[in-house]
Amino acid sequence: MISTKGLNFKYNEQASFSFPDINLGKDENLLIIGSSGIGKTTLLHLLAGLLESNSGSINLYGQDISKLTQHQIDKFRGQNIGIVFQKPHFVNSLTVKENLQLAQYLGNKKDQNRIIDILSSLDILDKENKKPKKLSQGEKQRASIAMAIVNSPKLILADEPTSSLDDENCDRVIKLLKKQASEFKAQLIVITHDNRLKKHFKKSIKL
Amino acid sequence: MLQLNSLIKTQMDNNLKGIDMVVGAKGSPLQLILSAVYHIDSPTGNISVEDAKKIKNNRMVGSSIDLLYGDNFKGYRIVGTEKKFLDLYKAKIKEGRKWEDPFEVVVGSKIYSKFNINIDDELVSSHGLRETGEEHADQLFKVVGLLEPSNSVIDQLIVTSPQSIWDLHDDHDHGSEEHEEEHDHDHDEEHDHEHDEEHDHEHDDKEITAMLIKFKSPMNIIQFPRQINEDTNLQAAVPSYEISRLFKLFGFGIETLTYLAYLIIIVSAFSLFINLFNSMKERKYEMALIRTLGSSRRQLSMMIIFESLILTTVGFFIGLLVSRLGVMFVSSLMEESLNYNLKSFGILNEELWLLGLSIFIGLISSIIPALQVYNLNISETLADE
Repeated sequence: MISTKGLNFKYNEQASFSFPDINLGKDENLLIIGSSGIGKTTLLHLLAGLLESNSGSINLYGQDISKLTQHQIDKFRGQNIGIVFQKPHFVNSLTVKENLQLAQYLGNKKDQNRIIDILSSLDILDKENKKPKKLSQGEKQRASIAMAIVNSPKLILADEPTSSLDDENCDRVIKLLKKQASEFKAQLIVITHDNRLKKHFKKSIKL
Repeated sequence: MLQLNSLIKTQMDNNLKGIDMVVGAKGSPLQLILSAVYHIDSPTGNISVEDAKKIKNNRMVGSSIDLLYGDNFKGYRIVGTEKKFLDLYKAKIKEGRKWEDPFEVVVGSKIYSKFNINIDDELVSSHGLRETGEEHADQLFKVVGLLEPSNSVIDQLIVTSPQSIWDLHDDHDHGSEEHEEEHDHDHDEEHDHEHDEEHDHEHDDKEITAMLIKFKSPMNIIQFPRQINEDTNLQAAVPSYEISRLFKLFGFGIETLTYLAYLIIIVSAFSLFINLFNSMKERKYEMALIRTLGSSRRQLSMMIIFESLILTTVGFFIGLLVSRLGVMFVSSLMEESLNYNLKSFGILNEELWLLGLSIFIGLISSIIPALQVYNLNISETLADE
């Protein structure tokens, strides 16, 4: 369902990255592991269509996204891909619920019940009318997972979700991500330098 | 500012209707106009009824109204005049009737509502045009009529017959009650000048303060005032001319203020731009986030432009509100010192133009930030963090 071929990205002459091919079947999760500066975030941005590769192709669910226009990619991403960033980020002037509604609006999906479902499954339903800045660190992280999955994406991309966490929390977050992914029938690709995550994934690629 | 300017002008024009020329004693023509038409300055002096009569009999005069004053009630002027005066301002009697006998008065709307005056009340006048004058306690004015609000100067006047004023100041002179009736005639048909003058000699010593004149033909406005000013010891002034002169005088101040206002507009446009620009830097990550959530570049740019437009339109309406409050404030000041008020809260054409301008400024100052967002490199922004 997800495959890449001969991906190559060049920032400039000194910094260019070639990535190994990825082949991922239905319902398979993937861990991409590699040390800093090796282009992990670049690969994630390529997969998410935030960057355009210099050569190679990315096929997501039968769609070659390197052939889409910028506008089409934005739409495709909004509907099919959820991204969990290293540090949680929100539109700070909106409440948690409004942030989720914004994501739904941009992804062209409106479903009030889904917001409630997700928030209660992440155990932060009581925070729905709070501004993101008022949340604790853990709540923020869960809220950012909610942002990633609110549009029922087929693919969840997570960028270093655990890098700043202690072992206990690292465990908790990755389990939560996996649980949410399977609960809402999404595939999960985690990109990290964190070796602690290896045991949670059957399939992994080392950059 | 626009509002104030136009309000003063309309209020002034309102009071100017139907008056082509004012005749009074020699002095400043502007003062004559301000006292006789707007009732805000002191009169230049008195003129004799005889002299006034000569002017009335001139062929060019269409109609004329005598004015006498010299007394006030708590700062509001008591004007002795003919009944035509009411028609000039299209004032209607709301309650009661017009004056008939001396010392019967009709009261303007602002005065009776301010002092809660009713029909049959008696008013004590004081001498002079300011509140501090000596009181004529022995002679009371009886209220026989109340006027409907007309939004002109008559709202703040107390109107009575000329005879009342004469009687008040000259106890010896009685017995010419019919005098004012005569002025009412249209003089076109009176060719018998000599006879008329003879008749007038009886009242030599009577004086009036000023006379409002309407010409038969607008053409006379050029020639006749000059003729009076040169040939008689009276002064004639043309209100429209004097008022435009007055506006020219303080128009200079208004002009300076206008330039100041333009400067403020430019500075605020600039600061709006800087603000948007800076907030864009702060919110770069938010913008990138919104893009990753599936917003297109165009959507995001439009968002910025709308934000700016909303800011400027809200700003415009707040400005409108503040300007109305300002006008209310100035109006209350004017009402206190000049017994004058400016009220009208309609939207002026110039203000629609201002709305257009502020929308334009909103657009202009948002273009650069919007372009910035349009070309935002999401990947870099996200990785930067």
